[in-house]
Amino acid sequence: MSNVSILLAWRNLWRHKRRTWLTVGAMIFSNSLLVFSISLQFGSYEMMIDNTLQAFSGHIQLQHEQYLDDPKMRHNLPEIIATAQRLRDELKLENVGARAVGFALASSSDRSYGIQVLGVEPLFEGRVSSIPGLVHEGRYLEKDSYDEIVIGSTLARNLKIATGDELTFLGSGLDNSFAAGVVRVVGTFESGMPDLDRNLAQVSLNYFNDSFAMRGKGHSIAVRAGNIEAVAGLKASIEALLKNQSDLAVRHWEELQPGLKQAIQADMTSAWFMYLVLIILVAFSVLNTQLMSVLERTREFGTMMALGLKPSNLSRLVIAETFLMSSLGLLLGIAVGFVITWYLSVVGFYYPGMEEMAVKFNLPDRMYPEINPVSLLLGPCMVAFASLLASIYPATRLYRLLPVEAMRAV
Amino acid sequence: MSSIRCIQLCKTFRQGDEIITGLDHVDIVVDKGEFVCLSGPSGSGKTTLLNAIGGLDTPDSGEIHMDGIRIDMLAKGPLADMRLHNIGFVFQAYNLIPVLTAQENVEFVMQVQGVAAAERAQKARDILKEVGLVGMEDRKPAQLSGGQQQRVAVARAIASQPKLVLADEPTANLDTVASSQLMNLFSELNQHHRVTFIIATHDKRVMAYAKRLIKMEDGKIISDEMQAPILDEN
Ligand SMILES: Nc1ncnc2c1ncn2[C@@H]1O[C@H](COP(=O)(O)OP(=O)(O)OP(=O)(O)O)[C@@H](O)[C@H]1O
Ligand SMILES: [Mg+2]
Repeated sequence: MSNVSILLAWRNLWRHKRRTWLTVGAMIFSNSLLVFSISLQFGSYEMMIDNTLQAFSGHIQLQHEQYLDDPKMRHNLPEIIATAQRLRDELKLENVGARAVGFALASSSDRSYGIQVLGVEPLFEGRVSSIPGLVHEGRYLEKDSYDEIVIGSTLARNLKIATGDELTFLGSGLDNSFAAGVVRVVGTFESGMPDLDRNLAQVSLNYFNDSFAMRGKGHSIAVRAGNIEAVAGLKASIEALLKNQSDLAVRHWEELQPGLKQAIQADMTSAWFMYLVLIILVAFSVLNTQLMSVLERTREFGTMMALGLKPSNLSRLVIAETFLMSSLGLLLGIAVGFVITWYLSVVGFYYPGMEEMAVKFNLPDRMYPEINPVSLLLGPCMVAFASLLASIYPATRLYRLLPVEAMRAV
Repeated sequence: MSSIRCIQLCKTFRQGDEIITGLDHVDIVVDKGEFVCLSGPSGSGKTTLLNAIGGLDTPDSGEIHMDGIRIDMLAKGPLADMRLHNIGFVFQAYNLIPVLTAQENVEFVMQVQGVAAAERAQKARDILKEVGLVGMEDRKPAQLSGGQQQRVAVARAIASQPKLVLADEPTANLDTVASSQLMNLFSELNQHHRVTFIIATHDKRVMAYAKRLIKMEDGKIISDEMQAPILDEN
């Protein structure tokens, strides 16, 4: 039966050229739309994750186990610099930077603002965060920086100070003593993330340690993996390495940036809902086409049954027809989708309403879809699968046919 | 051993309030290798009887035995297999598959039977030649005349090497030459390959080939006679 089915199925498909092309056209349309949308999703999620994590939090952070829920000064890790160095040595990974965090009131001669003071290792901070690279005036901290500070550009504007000016800060240290100091602004950065540009200031970890009476303690060690896929493995090796250290938690970026994950999930949910609607619409169009085609061939099917074909042979024929039709839609849809998506992945893509997202997650104002085998095949394969499922009902109707009655049908 | 035995077959059709008699207590035995003609006026039940014998329709009552098997009791699947391997049908309305060429229509049943491609192609060509359709192999039914389609239908029925051929008006659209060519082919298959033929016909020329002539009226058999068939002229 097999080769007769394919030839016969193929010919049957073209009995109603226009009807078949309409259905195939619906498949091509939805398949190319799916290829584009899924590629865009891949591209934008990756960009969102990269850009957000690159800016500040890194892929992984080591913290006191209570720090995530309750970021108090006293939830800290001992000997933070030594621990960071140990990680660098043992993991043979330079992208590790120790940090300490404090809050203070920053004052210039005429204004005061609450800020977050971050103590960093000047040599390594640039390997876990993009901020050192985003200094647009002055310079970043150096190896031996002591009473120097780098602040966000908005903060500098608000305080009405520029590089070279002095800034006074007042906060409380780990032992609840006053933490106060006078530092010189050596640079301002512009991360593009409003919160950071308005609130963040960075000093060297040594200076932070002295001013905030930390005694070598710190709050986090940020780690950046080579790529997003390597994060889970890296996290596991860090955990194995430090399993004896009490009160320590190794946090995945999904824990560090729950908003990012939620945003991605929300976007995925709404996108998949749309895809589902699209797929169901195509499936219904296939159902309609195949049902019509089965009904109008009742007489012919009756003849075939009279000749000795079983309903199962006939339903296989109908499914083979659907298979050919959806293969056509699959191949052409992937081809069209690929061409469109590839073009947009080169020139970029913009849609209205994107700015909000862009600002929130530090995205460029153009999106670049990322084509990969999954984004290319996933949608079209699901459409083809749904189409085949949709042809089951018309195919089962053949089991009800009686040869004589069917042959009398017009 | 008898090949086909019908016992007290009854079949009625309902059309609105009207009840139409298709078959009325038909008893008939056809032995293997017989060449039978069914004749009778339009509506006398010839097609209905052929359909019952071929397992296309189940009678309301009565029994149909074929080589000892009650085919009226068979399930759809085995019945389909029985038709596929044992019976060749020539339908009154040809019923060719419109998207297939003459050659492909003839090959169709063989293909379902699982006959190898080269073999069935050769066989289909030979049979099309025998029914006088050389050069028409690649035409679709719509590109053939009624008589040509009828001959393709005949070719399809005999190509699968059935033991029994049920033919419903196989010469209705044929001229004298074509119909005697066809009947000679049937006689030849009957004599040399012991294929059983049951042919429903109004055509006197066809009846002349039969060894046995059964007349029907109002769903009943009104006469059943043996006769000396005219012989193959070749
Ligand atoms: N499915 C059906 N529904 C209603 N009546 C039917 C049906 N099939 C057959 N009949 C009736 O049964 C009777 C016998 O029909 P059948 O087709 O067997 O006649 P026939 O001898 O083959 O006639 P013809 O020479 O015109 O082909 C007719 O009166 C016909 O109208
Ligand atoms: Mg008839």
